[in-house]
Amino acid sequence: MSTLVTQPAAAPRPEAAELPPVDLAPLRRRRRRRALLQLACIAVTFFMGFPIYLITLAAFSSRRTLNEFPKSLLPKEISTDTMSAFLSSTGVVPAFLNSIVIGLGTLVLALLVGAPAGYAIARYFFRGRDPYQLFLLLTRALPIVVLAVPLSQLFLTAGIYDTVPAVVLVHAALSLPTTILITASVFIAVPRDVEEAAQLFGCTRLAAFRRVVLPLALPGVAASAIFTFVLSWNEVLAAAVLTLNNRTLPAQVLVSLSDSPIAYRFAGGFALVVPALLFILLMRRYLLNMWGSTLR
Amino acid sequence: MAEVRMRNLVKTYPGGSVRATDEVSLDVADGEFMVLLGPSGCGKTTLLRMVAGLELPDEGQVVIGSRDVTYLPPRDRNLSMVFQSYAVFPHKRVRPNIGFGLRMRGVDRAEIDRKIDWAAELLQLTPYLDRYPSQLSGGQRQRVAVARAIVMDADVLLMDEPLSNLDALLRLSFRAELKRLVGEIGTTTIYVTHDQVEALSLGDRVAVMREGRIVQCDNPIRVYDVPASEFVGGFLGNPPMNFLSGTLAGTNGAVQVDLGAEESLPAPAQLAQFRGKPVRVGVRAEAIGVSREPREDAARCVVEVFEPLGASVLITADLAGQRIKVQAPASFRAEPGDELWLVLAQDSLRWYDPDSGVALIAA
Repeated sequence: MSTLVTQPAAAPRPEAAELPPVDLAPLRRRRRRRALLQLACIAVTFFMGFPIYLITLAAFSSRRTLNEFPKSLLPKEISTDTMSAFLSSTGVVPAFLNSIVIGLGTLVLALLVGAPAGYAIARYFFRGRDPYQLFLLLTRALPIVVLAVPLSQLFLTAGIYDTVPAVVLVHAALSLPTTILITASVFIAVPRDVEEAAQLFGCTRLAAFRRVVLPLALPGVAASAIFTFVLSWNEVLAAAVLTLNNRTLPAQVLVSLSDSPIAYRFAGGFALVVPALLFILLMRRYLLNMWGSTLR
Repeated sequence: MAEVRMRNLVKTYPGGSVRATDEVSLDVADGEFMVLLGPSGCGKTTLLRMVAGLELPDEGQVVIGSRDVTYLPPRDRNLSMVFQSYAVFPHKRVRPNIGFGLRMRGVDRAEIDRKIDWAAELLQLTPYLDRYPSQLSGGQRQRVAVARAIVMDADVLLMDEPLSNLDALLRLSFRAELKRLVGEIGTTTIYVTHDQVEALSLGDRVAVMREGRIVQCDNPIRVYDVPASEFVGGFLGNPPMNFLSGTLAGTNGAVQVDLGAEESLPAPAQLAQFRGKPVRVGVRAEAIGVSREPREDAARCVVEVFEPLGASVLITADLAGQRIKVQAPASFRAEPGDELWLVLAQDSLRWYDPDSGVALIAA
């Protein structure tokens, strides 16, 4: 039988000298790692940002500074000559507009077709769901070069060769696999419970999608929109083959690159980079969480 | 408000081979608080979802009030529901969250606001009405989900494990709050849980489910005291009911059960027909009397483990080679190896068939 006598709690002992000294080594390791991480971030940022800086510098330098050697890394003589020369050369402004229209058109078409497909993959188990996903990737398996010639033939027959809708169609087809797969993963992340709650509290399926699922999926949908736009903006091969007079900007630059002065190339590069960057900057807001919560 | 009648509901999920619910029938009276209790995978959530319309049955019928709703979409059933994950809308503030159902129904603004204020008052959410759910704690989010459900004046209130995501202390306080609330509004409620304490404390009746069937449906006291099967006795209670194996014997009018090692207990006369057959004896840990002195009517056991639990002590002992758990008053003391005498009163013993686990004497 154990004794039930309660002993008074032992008083805290004053001799703290018994404790080992505080080991600061893990803290130092932690700091060192953090510093290395920062360094890595800076290196990556530099790697991505420096070429853009160089191209911007070149695009806004006067022709004289461009030909100087050694070149300065700091802006010396800012001039818009190069840019204005580029913009005023034949076909650049229409091509620029074409690129924007095609990019936005591709984005809209890809989302209109792709988002519902992504939703279906995310929410329904249907026969052939897995083969379907695999099949989607198959469209990217064929090189554009292989596709371009038959497509030109097809578009010529259909009478839409060398038009903006033709390029939109091709770009949308090219971007659909990624749009579908990205939006599918986005819709999977929206809890089914929330959608069911909406249905229970009076929504039809469609209303539940519009009022609850879509707002929650918006950041991810925006990401896929960015991806689609940039893909269309950068795509050059199909655009070059499928158009003659209605060139997109990359196609235009590509075609006229070989027989143009070096300044033209820098200006062209700059004009190609900036809109995509601007678009990402605009959409970035939707990528970050919108309601102060971590949604994903 | 309305009663709910479920008839022969069968549901097999696509790709599944076993029935999630197997011809389940259950009537829930108007204003009744019905708890569906069972281990995970027993079909209780499936049953609830079929009432909600989130799942359609393969066979059977669901009637709410006098209306058949078996294949109606959820929005046409005049139900409201509290989800396990709360399922509050993350992109809406608390106020539109609570008013969501009313707005979808086209109720006018002033009325919606009045109801939101009423529910917020009731659930102590008034200071948080302009916050986003992400700025609330789990308990507050759950209260938003409950508020959203009660403003609807629905015929039936469905709850799918609403407390299971809360921490223990919060669960305890919210349980009492929920009971008061549902009592006040008086809506017919179907409540799913796997927590037996929740089921016993909340339900007017508890339907215990196993493998897609309801094995017992009765008021909480009966379900706890007179389990219809070994499964129910073993699932409810902490510790679960003790089950001892023995053989029925006896001569003339007397019936007794031999537990082996010379230990036997008297058995009721109704069991005379089962003489010579094996039997399982069920007894609750707290229904066993403990004595340190040898007694004529008591069974000898040896203490294996002694656990003080604060409000009581729990003794695990060896009785004729079988393990038995006994709950004794907090002041009781024993050490492993001690001999104790257990008084198993006949009216606290329950008798089960060892093969089927079904009670031998109908409850």
